[in-house]
Amino acid sequence: MADNKTPILELKNVVSAYGRIQALKGISLKVYDGEIVTIIGANGAGKSTTLMTICNIIKAVEGDVLYKGKRINNVGSEILPTMGLCQVPEGRRIFPRLTVLENLDMGAFFRDDSANIKSDVERVFELFPKLRERRKQLGGTLSGGEQQMLAMGRALMSRPKVLLLDEPSMGLAPLLVQQIFNIIKMINEQGVTVVLVEQNANLALQCAQRGYVLETGKVVMEDDADKLLTNPDIRKAYLGE
Amino acid sequence: MTTQESRKLWLACGVGLVWFLILLWPMLGIQPEGLEFAKTFKVFGYIAVAAVFIMFFYQIQEAGHLDIVGDPIKSATSNIGKIYEFLPRWALLGIVLAIAIIFPLVTGRYAHDVTISVLIYICLGLGLNIVVGLAGLLDLGYIAFYGVGAYTYALMSLHFGMSFWLCLPVAGVTAAIAGCIVGYPTLRMRGDYLAIVTLGFGEIVRLIFNNWMSLTNGPNGILSIPRPEIFGYQLKSLWMLYYVILAIAIFTIISVYRLNYSRIGRAWEAIREDETAAELMGVNTFLLKLLAYATGATFAGFAGAFFAARMRFVGPESFTFLESAMVLAMVVLGGMGSIPGVILGVLVLVALPEAFRGFELYRMLVFGGVMTLMMLIRPAGIWPAKRVGRRSEEAE
Repeated sequence: MADNKTPILELKNVVSAYGRIQALKGISLKVYDGEIVTIIGANGAGKSTTLMTICNIIKAVEGDVLYKGKRINNVGSEILPTMGLCQVPEGRRIFPRLTVLENLDMGAFFRDDSANIKSDVERVFELFPKLRERRKQLGGTLSGGEQQMLAMGRALMSRPKVLLLDEPSMGLAPLLVQQIFNIIKMINEQGVTVVLVEQNANLALQCAQRGYVLETGKVVMEDDADKLLTNPDIRKAYLGE
Repeated sequence: MTTQESRKLWLACGVGLVWFLILLWPMLGIQPEGLEFAKTFKVFGYIAVAAVFIMFFYQIQEAGHLDIVGDPIKSATSNIGKIYEFLPRWALLGIVLAIAIIFPLVTGRYAHDVTISVLIYICLGLGLNIVVGLAGLLDLGYIAFYGVGAYTYALMSLHFGMSFWLCLPVAGVTAAIAGCIVGYPTLRMRGDYLAIVTLGFGEIVRLIFNNWMSLTNGPNGILSIPRPEIFGYQLKSLWMLYYVILAIAIFTIISVYRLNYSRIGRAWEAIREDETAAELMGVNTFLLKLLAYATGATFAGFAGAFFAARMRFVGPESFTFLESAMVLAMVVLGGMGSIPGVILGVLVLVALPEAFRGFELYRMLVFGGVMTLMMLIRPAGIWPAKRVGRRSEEAE
């Protein structure tokens, strides 16, 4: 990736904490327009916290979060989707007692161009045909994989520039995981920058262009994804060899 | 039914009866004159016989011996259901409205009294339904806003001679402001903590009414509040007031219905389902929760202003925690988030105790029993909110 471009999303020495316990101890990372960047690491390394800090659900104690060169540390979480920064949170967190269509509508909550919203719903249904069949069903009655699709579709309804995905493979069958990753690539090809947090390092690195490795709240390694994939340390620590 | 199943049932029944006896005796048996057993066993005997009778009946029915009676009833109910589906909604609403309008002309004072309190509680229940049913914020001090509305009318009309119709919106606004005052610092909390804080707020408001002698006249309350007037004519009879509260209730029902199916209503539901996810989708959760509080409080304010005008007296003891709990019970019993459900819940909890006035002593016992039973049999309420794709279908 060309370093002379300004990154669309950048974290500079971000520290964040739950109470007194520091979860991120100075994270710096850059995401360029059009990339898929993955953040891998063990449980408790701070992957999800990184995404939550970007979205300002958890406040950064120190450091800067820059989006399109602008500092967004103090921008409210509810403003970020309108700027094109949208997150699919860990564990999907769809609205269980709203229907699939209503869930998708909630993704476009801040938009008022109803004609475009309708065509966007169609676009989501094309990406996830299963959702079309289930559009009148309550979100909570969907299977895990369908819920993941719904969560991603809901995020896409906000027409994001940058999509933050937190563990999209969690609890899904291998076949479905593959399907979800294919869709992530498709979304990326349509011009959406993707930040992918994953436990399944193997798949994530195959999918992404670049990767960051997190360990106890610090970035311990950053490189191109294929280099990380062949790095013996990484293979030993995260790919089970 | 196999012998084993039936044995299980009888065992459960027996254990239940023993439990009941243990609970019943302290209530009836411990008298100021000393311990008494005869009365307890008399009451217990009746109930035990009734329970055994119901058990027999249930077993016979399970065995299919009652189909001769059951089948015609079943077909009759399904026929009624068909008629219900066949009639368009507006016709049904029209019938209900016509009954509501004719009602005071064909009934007496006592009925007016009961229906007025039913309508007041409908306003309260629907207002609380916004906060609890839609936005999912448990509010245990809701009655405080009712009190604020009541005192607003009482004070405004007595000190400034303002008319009821002018005070009604003012009462709504002051209640909404009270809602914002409690909401602003507390809405950062979630779940149980919010419930406790609202409980505290309710008590604070009641204590202010009780102790601010110079303004509220303390526990003596405010007397001789003027009646509402229409074109200079005082609404003296109860049935005239009935129409006033009917109008307020209809206004409440329509507004809550509109809110329910609006963008704001959808955002409230999203907050109820998952607050963080809603925020990530661009919902300003803080503002919308504040709005839920304020809107809910407004309807309580309207109801409160009417209450003051109808009783012509307000005192702090009308706004105790028990009242908050009653309104909450109505909402939960009827079905959270469902307008007809809340109305039914109000009818059950206001009208039924009236119907059972004969059993004055055991009223609360029966009340508790019914609540427990309801939550076991129909945890979603009498008329649960129909949420499956209603709005999405309308959109298509």
